[in-house]
Formats: sequence, structure tokens, C-alpha cells
Amino acid sequence: MDTLTSSGIKGFREWIKKANKSIGDFTGIFVDRAKDMDREIKGFIEIDKKSIVSRAEQNKCQTDGRLWGIPIGIKDNICIEGELTTCASRILQGFRPPYNATVIEKLTSNGAVLFARANMDEFAFGSSCETSCYGPTKNPHDLSRIPGGSSGGSVAIVASGQVAAALGSDTGGSIRQPASMCGVVGLKPTYGRVSRYGLIAFASSLDQIGPITRNVTDSAEMLEIIAGYDEKDSTSVNIEVPKYVNALKKDINGMTIGVPKEYFIDGIEKDVLENIQAAIKTLKSMGAKIVDVSLPHTKYAVSCYYIIAPAEASSNLARYDGVHYGYRSKNAADLVEMYTASRTEGFGQESKRRILLGTYSLSSGYYDAYYLKAQKVRTKISDDFKKVFSVCDCVVTPTSPTTAFKIGERMDDPLQMYLSDIFTISANMAGIPAISVPCGKDKKGLPVGIQFMAKPFAEETLFNVAYAFEQGV
Amino acid sequence: MKSERSNDNGAITEDVVRYVAKLSRLSFSDEDVAKYKKQIGEILGYITQLNEVDTADTQPTSHVLPSMKNVFREDLVKTSLSPDKALSNAPDKQGDFFRVPRVI
Amino acid sequence: MSYRDKYETVIGLEVHVQLNTKTKVFCGCSNLFGAGPNTQVCPVCLGMPGVLPVLNKQALALSIKIALALGCDIQKNMKFDRKNYYYPDLPKNYQISQYDMPLAFKGCIDIELEDGSAKRIGVTRAHMEEDAGKLMHDTGGVYSLVDLNRTGTPLLEIVSEPDIRTPQEAHSYLTVLKQIIKYLGASDCNMEEGSLRCDANISVRLRGEKKLGTKVEIKNMNSFKAVKDALTHEEDRQMDLLEDGEKIMMETRLWDDKKGVTASMRAKEESHDYRYFPEPDLVPFEISHDLMEDIRLSLPELPDKKFERFMNVYKLDKKDIEVIILEREVADFYEDVVKGFNDAQNVANWVKGEVMMHMNERGVDIAGLKLAPADLASLVKMAKEGALSYLVAKEVLRECIDTGKKPESIVAEKGLRQVSDQGEIEKIVDQVIAANPKSVEDLKAGKENAISFLVGQVMKMSKGKANPRMANEILRSKLVG
Repeated sequence: MDTLTSSGIKGFREWIKKANKSIGDFTGIFVDRAKDMDREIKGFIEIDKKSIVSRAEQNKCQTDGRLWGIPIGIKDNICIEGELTTCASRILQGFRPPYNATVIEKLTSNGAVLFARANMDEFAFGSSCETSCYGPTKNPHDLSRIPGGSSGGSVAIVASGQVAAALGSDTGGSIRQPASMCGVVGLKPTYGRVSRYGLIAFASSLDQIGPITRNVTDSAEMLEIIAGYDEKDSTSVNIEVPKYVNALKKDINGMTIGVPKEYFIDGIEKDVLENIQAAIKTLKSMGAKIVDVSLPHTKYAVSCYYIIAPAEASSNLARYDGVHYGYRSKNAADLVEMYTASRTEGFGQESKRRILLGTYSLSSGYYDAYYLKAQKVRTKISDDFKKVFSVCDCVVTPTSPTTAFKIGERMDDPLQMYLSDIFTISANMAGIPAISVPCGKDKKGLPVGIQFMAKPFAEETLFNVAYAFEQGV
Repeated sequence: MKSERSNDNGAITEDVVRYVAKLSRLSFSDEDVAKYKKQIGEILGYITQLNEVDTADTQPTSHVLPSMKNVFREDLVKTSLSPDKALSNAPDKQGDFFRVPRVI
Repeated sequence: MSYRDKYETVIGLEVHVQLNTKTKVFCGCSNLFGAGPNTQVCPVCLGMPGVLPVLNKQALALSIKIALALGCDIQKNMKFDRKNYYYPDLPKNYQISQYDMPLAFKGCIDIELEDGSAKRIGVTRAHMEEDAGKLMHDTGGVYSLVDLNRTGTPLLEIVSEPDIRTPQEAHSYLTVLKQIIKYLGASDCNMEEGSLRCDANISVRLRGEKKLGTKVEIKNMNSFKAVKDALTHEEDRQMDLLEDGEKIMMETRLWDDKKGVTASMRAKEESHDYRYFPEPDLVPFEISHDLMEDIRLSLPELPDKKFERFMNVYKLDKKDIEVIILEREVADFYEDVVKGFNDAQNVANWVKGEVMMHMNERGVDIAGLKLAPADLASLVKMAKEGALSYLVAKEVLRECIDTGKKPESIVAEKGLRQVSDQGEIEKIVDQVIAANPKSVEDLKAGKENAISFLVGQVMKMSKGKANPRMANEILRSKLVG
């Protein structure tokens, strides 16, 4: 079983081939193994063996399906028909969607075996996976530390090899930041590249589903499967999906890589900075042309984000009111009380904080000063990238200013917590694709991640540079 | 109203926290109100840095890709859910209806 | 002079029209009225987590149609916004609507005042939105029940300028608006079924005053008559208050049709703070000049143009035209009949008389009568040319509608062709004279009434087939000389 832990989709595929067992049997083995491995990490909210095995057995996909039999972890905010899907929130207690997310249809038709309910920050509100109503997930590299967030569960189960790959969602860095902190590959595709249908919305104009994988090859393969136009999502873009695996080339000779000075600031841990600087040297030695660039509005990205994302979230989360599904408080005499008690009892602290913040910034008299202003600054952030991508193919930055911090360390300081997304948020604001790839470790042995960003729909560029870097290290 | 709700440092009053909580259908103890006032005040204080940016001639971005427009569906009937399925997650129901405490 | 004459009433109407699409505005659920509770719902209109709206193309096309017919400017760049408020018939707790970039603005509707003059009522704007579900409150007072079939039905909200000055003008505005929308086939405009709903804003002020009075919003009016009655009641109430030196409260009042009064809705606990913002799940829409022109070209002839043409071409009486063109389908039917028998006035009399009587009797529209225009044309022709008496022709029409048979075959089968044979009628006249000596004497004595009684007897004896003009002449020649 050991090869399974580190070799991603390929390792599972070969194991399945050799094992010569029925899909139900080997899935049962994978489930038992994951349960065992997850005992302390708690990457999964729960693992429902019966359901996983029976779904695998019932899948009509033939054995030549690209992901046939491969266990794929699914974040608890991606709807699977008939499975509990709760966003790690009490308010969605017991919710079983009567529909599949489009990405789930795509994975299933390629034969993947779905491991549902990867833990997450409640409604993806968080950078540490600590706001889950089911308790925190732990970093497989150091169980006293957070795995990053919000897709902390998805990342931890991939990093510990419980599953071959996983799906996460990224609104401000929720795939890339934990991928960086757990030493795996995390991709946020271009906004509109992957259908959001069935992804429980956090901030609709920023959310994207993306793969979390052991390596860049798996990332390309996963994206190839889940990407594409979906008539159920008005914001999915009707552009043909390239053969991303063909972009996996070691050659980056002549590629121009920008280094934006705004990403190399005070507050970055020394080890992180050194690792990234060494990585840039490596890229240069591989033939890339390294240029200094500027993204002057970077420092406003966090402010913009903490207006736009909570505003959209406050509206997206209004539907959780105890009427049609989810948690309903029994402590209520009339309708307004029922709404208020259900929501007050159903949402955790961070959700309430963001709902308040978002409602405030949209409320009468404040729209122009906050939401509209943030949308305008958002335009400036996008324009910065447009300018930069006219002179370079991609930019390189640290994914996170720090490696994984201790559980509980930032829970009472939301602003500090929010600043840990400082390098990842811009890509969401501009809608551009970005990937985090492992980049060595710090002196404590904790993983560091390096981020590449490219222009819209240039995922192939990212796979090319990330693959070359991964293979070159 | 503006002066009552926030000042230039972004600080907000407890009344505003209560007003926004009510709009959001949330209720808080006085202690929570004080805590959220402080935390949200800090965040808003940080956010005031946006005022440094000159956006006089900038269009707001509500959709990040300019190519995204005119997306329609044809007027074709698709199968609806059965009432059983539609109500399968309902916390309370009566016959094929969702049931809620009486709306006054 | 009444104290009321000191005051002027100012009314603006907000009309919601459900569009006649097959499916809902943002999902593929059927839009049919009257299905069992929660049978026309899907994850999208149930507002389940993670689902997304996609705009129904036809809903936009119908909205543009209405907007163009109202003479509106169409917004080139249109977007949708979220209107946030909590209510159990609104599963997402926000309504997808349009706030600052509505589909259309600056239109108008021309109405006719009681003195026959025309008045133009401005249309401020028209915007698209989704309908909410339905709540039922009648289960013992403890619970309300929610049916979400109606949730997501496409609506066009049409907001008038405060140009309306009387409840009658409001009624006329609604009548013309409904007529136009029905001409377009864009909505059933059935207030009882809720496919047209109307809220009113009403205020009064002293005549000559420039500033508007405090406005009151009136809801829960379920017919055009109710709108007129509610506004009449409300203007009285407001004028009486002002006359007594009291103030009008800005509030929403509900019309109680049974009691004939408006009553204050419980004061809302909070001011409206809808927190509108652009709907991120829908993309913006650019309405191209070409699309707009295509739709403009597809517009049918509208009532005002049709009225003019009917005046010029058919030279009918104004009142007759109004009745005939009230519904586009009836007007089309009329024109088809005239094509078959070119006697505009005669056909008009039949259509507004007999044909409409049958529609009312059977509670169907013109299509529901299944009457071929050519059949009515030949029937009118037969009656006009004396082949059928008017009475018989009416009976043939009824049978024609009942059985779907051709009028010619009904006439032939039953031998209903009018008897215009001198000898045959004389035989009947002789029998009538013999049987009614008293009336014969009366007539001879100069009592003219008697002639119609005797003609009636001839018609009766001939089972309506005798040519009444000839019967009259023969009676006179025999009795009066």
C-alpha cells in the first residue's frame, strides 16, 4: 500500500490493476485504509463506507474510464445527489441535495469513486479549517498545526495519501493556501473554466472549483475532466477544453516569468522568502527569462475581497432560514423568531461575522462607499494583471507569507487570519488561473508553496511552468 | 445617518451592529454585539485604505470576464422534481406543502 | 360645490404581468397555472444551495415586445440585481430583479377620458423579475403553508408616472394596458388567476399645489373594478382626513373587497433596506439594435392603429369598433368574415351581437366557439339576401356552433330556406285570417298594432320560414285593400 501514499492517480491506478479485485472490494479496502489514516488528521467529516462502496458498484462507467476506481475526495460544499452535503455547518444539518454538481457528473462518468465530505471551514469562511462545526482538520506534516483553509480537509486527505486527488473550491485562496501548507499541488482555474453548478456558493463572482493533487500531472488530468461549458451555469465560458496533459513539458526555455515586487514584502517568513528566491534562480537556470514587474494595487486586494466576498456571501447565505431544508430551531413561536433562532443557532461565529460585514457594506447608504468602491478597485487589480501579462507569460510569487501556523493561534484575530490570504486573493479578484506547487520546506520541516499566475484561460502555461519546476527540483 | 453608523476610521456603533443583525435575521447578546463591533470596526478600519485609490474614471467589475454576456436558455420544459423529492429536506411539511410558523 | 373639488388626486400604478412563457424565467419548470402544490419545482426555483439561474430567452423577448408596444426606450445594456428580503415564499430570500438598469423606461399609454378627449399616461420604467411562491394561512392559525409552483414565473413590472388623476383614469389605464399586452400574446392578464396584479400609490393635494401629498400604497386589489373602488374609497378617506385637519400617514393599506374599505397593514417592523447589488450569477445583457428591430417588426397591429384602420376601411361606428377590437382575435375574426361577405356593418352587428352572446353564454373566447369565419359570412349573406329570416339565421348559427355543421347543410337538412313564394304565403295568410277574427277587425278599424301580431302568427305557422316582408304585404292587401 505504501506507494499509494505518494504517487497520486498513477499509483492508485497501478495498484488497482495489480490487485485484480472487483471495484466494490478494492473500494472497501481504500475506505478502510482512509479511515485508519484519518483517525487523527480528521480530513473527513465522516467516511460512509456503505455509501461509497455502493456508489462505486453502481457506476456504469466502463473500466477504461479515465478515473475508473480512483478515489477522489470531495469538499463538503460540492453537491452529490442523496449524500449529506453541509458546508461543515450546522445550518445545513441533514441536507441531502436532490441533484449532482456538474463536476460530480463529470467525475462519475469518468469512473471516479467519490469520497464525500472532506472537512472545510464553515461555508469556506476561513484560512485554517478551524471554523468547521465538526472541529478542525490537522496538518499531516505536524498535527499541532492547521492544514490551511478553507479546503483543509481536501488537502489533508491528499497530502496523507488517503485519496488520489480531491476537489476543493477557491474563493480567495482556499485551494492554493492549504495546498501550499500541506505540500501538494492546488489549482484555481480561470473564473468560468469549471462549472459552479452544485458548488454551494460563498461569493459567486469569485468561486471556482479546482483540483488538489499530489503532482502537476494529476492536476492537468483532473482539470481536463472537470472543465468545460455548462448550460446550467451562465458564468461558465464556452471555450473548448484543451488537452492539458499535452502542456506538461519540462522545457521553459524562453518563457518570460514576472516577479512582482509587491509580493516580496515585510511579513513574509524568512524561510519562505529564501525558498522562493532559490526557486526563481532554478527557473532562471532552466532558461526562463526572469523580469521584475509591478502589480501596484496588490495591497488593496484584501480590502476589496473583504467587502465583495462577504457582501455576496450575506446574500447567498440568506436562504438558510429553516424553511425548505437544513436546520430549524425549535425555540420559536413565530416566523421571524424561527428565522432568527435557526440562523443564530445554525451559523458559527465566523459565518456570522461575515454575514454582518457583508450586510453592512450593502446596506442603505453604504453601497457606494464600500461595494461599488471595491468593485472599482477590483477593476484596477485586473488592469494591473492585463498590463503585466502583456510583457510576461506568467508571474511567480509565494503562495502564502507563512508556513502552517498552530491550531488556535489566529482564531481571535480575524484581521490577521484574513491577511494570510494576501497573495492568493488577487487571482480571484482578476479571475485569472493560479497554481500552488510545493517548493521545499522551512527549517521546521513545514512545506512551502510557490504560486504561478497567468492570464485568463492560460492554464496550459501554468501546467508547463509548474511541471518543469516540479521535475527540475 | 452616516455619522451615526461609522466614522472615518470605519468604527461602527453597537446600534449599527444590532441593525445589521436584524437585517440578517441574527440575534446577539450584548457581549457578542460588543465583540463584533470591535472586530468589524477593525476590519472596516483596514478597509478604509481603499479611499487612497483614485477610481473617478474606473468602471466597476461585477463580472470579471468581459466576454461574459447574453447567456440564455431556450424556453423548453424540463422535468420538475416530484413533490416527495422537493420536500425531502423540509424541516416541516403538511401534505405537499412546506410548513412554517404562521406568517402574521 | 363640494369640498372635494378643492383637492386633486394623484395616482401611480405598479402593474406586475406574468409572461406567457412555457417555462419559468430562470429554470425549465413548467409555468402552467393550477397544478398541484410543489409539483412544478426544481432545485433552481426551490433556491437550493449551489444552484444557478439561466435566463429564459423567450421571457426577455416577450418583455421587449411589451416595452416596445408601450413606446419605451430599451436599455442597451441591461443587468439583473438581487433584492434582499426575508419571506417564506421567496426561497432564496432574495428576488432576482432589476434595479438601476431596467429593461425599459420612458413609455406611455393613451387613455380616453369621459369627455371623449385623450390623455397620455407616462410609463416610468418596466423591469423583469421573478415571481414569488404562494402562502396559505388557513390552517387553524398556527401554521402557514408554502407552495413554490409560482416561484420563478417571469414577471414584467410596469410602473406608471403619477399622471393618473381619477380612479376612472386608473381603470382606463389598466384596460388599455391589458388590451395591448393581450394583443401581443405576452400574458393572459387574468387578475383572478394573478397573471396581472396591480398595486397603487395614491395621494391627494390641494389643487394648484406643486408638491405631492403623502402617498399611501394600496395592495390586494383583485379586479379592475376593485382598483377603481379602492382608489375611490381611498381618495375619499384622504380628503376627509385633510378636511378635518389631520395628516396622512405614509403606509401600505390593504383593500377589503367585501367590506369596501382599505385598512392599514400592520406597520412594518423595519424600513426597507433591500441591499440591491448586481446579480453575480447572471451575466449582463446587451440588447442589440438588430434584435430590437426584429422584435419591433414582429409586433402585431396595436389597438390604436387598428381603431384608425377600422374607422377608415369599414366606416363603422366608434362604439362598434371598440367592442369588436377589444380582443385581437375577435377583430381578426371580424375581418375574416368581412372577407367572405363584404358588408361591414351587417357583419359587425352579427359579431358584436350574436357571436359575442354565444361567447359569453359558453364562457369561451372566439377560438373556443370553433366558428369558421366563412360559415358566419355565408349565414349573414343568406340573411341579408332574404334566403333566411333573421330569426331562423340566429337558430342556424346556434346549431352551427353546437354541432360544427356548415350553415348551408343545416338549412338544407331542415328545409329552413325562407318561403318567398306568393302562393304558399297566401295559403298561410288565409289560415291566419280565419283563425284571428278579432285582430282582423282591429286592423280594419285602423289599429296598426294588429298587423305585427298577424305577421307574427304567419311566422309562427310557417315555423319562421315565411318571408315576413311578404307576409306583411299580403295581409295588408287582403285586409286593408
